[in-house]
Amino acid sequence: MNFIRNLGAATLKYIYGMGLMAIFLAKTLMCTITPPFKVLNFIKQIRFIGAQSVFLIAFIGAFTGMVLALQGYYNLNRLGSVAFLGPLVALSIIKELGPVLAAIMVTARAGSAITAEIGIMRITNQIDALEMMGLNPLRYLVVPALVAAVISMPLLTAIFDFVGILGGYLVAVKMLGMEAGTYLGEIPNYLDMTDIYEGIYKSISFGVIVSWVSCYKGYYTGTSGFGAEGVSKATTQSVVLSSAMIVIWDYFMTALLF
Amino acid sequence: MVLKGVNLNVNKGEILVLIGMSGYGKSVLLKHIARLFKPDRGRVLIDGKDIGPLNSRELSAVRSRLGFLFQGGALFESMSVFDNVAFPLKEKLGLKKDEIKERVLKELDNVGLSGAEDKYPTQISGGMQKRAALARVLVWQPEIILFDEPTTGLDPIIGHAILQLIEELHQRRKFTSIIVTHELHRVFKIANRAAMLHEGVIKALGAPDEILASENPVVRQFISGDTEGPIAYR
Repeated sequence: MNFIRNLGAATLKYIYGMGLMAIFLAKTLMCTITPPFKVLNFIKQIRFIGAQSVFLIAFIGAFTGMVLALQGYYNLNRLGSVAFLGPLVALSIIKELGPVLAAIMVTARAGSAITAEIGIMRITNQIDALEMMGLNPLRYLVVPALVAAVISMPLLTAIFDFVGILGGYLVAVKMLGMEAGTYLGEIPNYLDMTDIYEGIYKSISFGVIVSWVSCYKGYYTGTSGFGAEGVSKATTQSVVLSSAMIVIWDYFMTALLF
Repeated sequence: MVLKGVNLNVNKGEILVLIGMSGYGKSVLLKHIARLFKPDRGRVLIDGKDIGPLNSRELSAVRSRLGFLFQGGALFESMSVFDNVAFPLKEKLGLKKDEIKERVLKELDNVGLSGAEDKYPTQISGGMQKRAALARVLVWQPEIILFDEPTTGLDPIIGHAILQLIEELHQRRKFTSIIVTHELHRVFKIANRAAMLHEGVIKALGAPDEILASENPVVRQFISGDTEGPIAYR
């Protein structure tokens, strides 16, 4: 009997949490389209989420392209179809790896920091202080992060894609001696605009997921523990949940839309 | 459930001190009054109006009349003392730069923080943080101020100075206030009335002298600090 009661309580808690997350997003979207807009906070977030992530994204993108080219070359060589290495690298990166890995990198770098910062503001009553001034904390803390992530993510993904294909080029052409014309020349034959749109749509939705989850977890710090421990747990949950949601949402977007 | 049927009236312009054991809901009660928490049952009335069902716009209007001095100050750590105090004037009232500067510097002078305006909260002492937070509360001249342990963690001299400051400002501005504190004797000197919250209800309410002379065993034990008595502290 206790087992059933506990199962019921856990299920209700889970459903309540999902509802709270959905309401949080709805309220944030409402604030996003209604003034006043906090432009300065938005610029700070663009700098933090976007500009300061460029080097990390380019670095990861380069190595992703390099390892794809290396693996692809040896495997395609066995099948006698090395000519398809360029399209393989480009399509893999543009449609899947670019948006997903860029989003996971932004989660690790910026999402975790956003959760920790908002979480500390929560436990030190700074969010309550904003409310007591009659101001809406979502406008100051969440909306700028959401808009910045939605704008930054496709741009960061584009950088990831470009550097990734370039990394593949370096390995295929400079290291493995493939013809530059073969690597690059075949890409336009297999890549069309729908593939590029697919990557863009995914990266925009991942921008929403990263900012939504990281802000939500910070905003409701204290539900999973108190003080520094609560912030630490919230940050961990934020990174894990964001990463999981990115991969799951990626599957559904690919399966249903493309 | 920490509050179990609190019934408390606060008169306009008075200082009411709220005492009670740690963890018995004094701060929770303040947060209910500020509608930072929503009661499961019961009502919080401000000027006869129930603030429970208010929408965000109406609540914002009510909060424009309220100030809350949080226990830790709740200063924005990424902003200087000046910007902290200027924040509500800029964001809430939309005042011009010159007027903001004038009001902020005047308020910082009132709390004895002239010269510290460019410092960040982490660069100043706990007492200075409390005073900066007090300046941020006072700067938009609220009619009601809720003080959550304004002297906790401060040395006796700074603690006394903060209470003197609250008393001086209260005499000038006549705001209504509730002070949650454990420092009965010092805070009682500036209070009009005192209330003791125990086990979720108001156990005693009256003038500070009446509370100090109370025959209620719970109040007596709390004031004397005895470990023996009706209050189980373990």
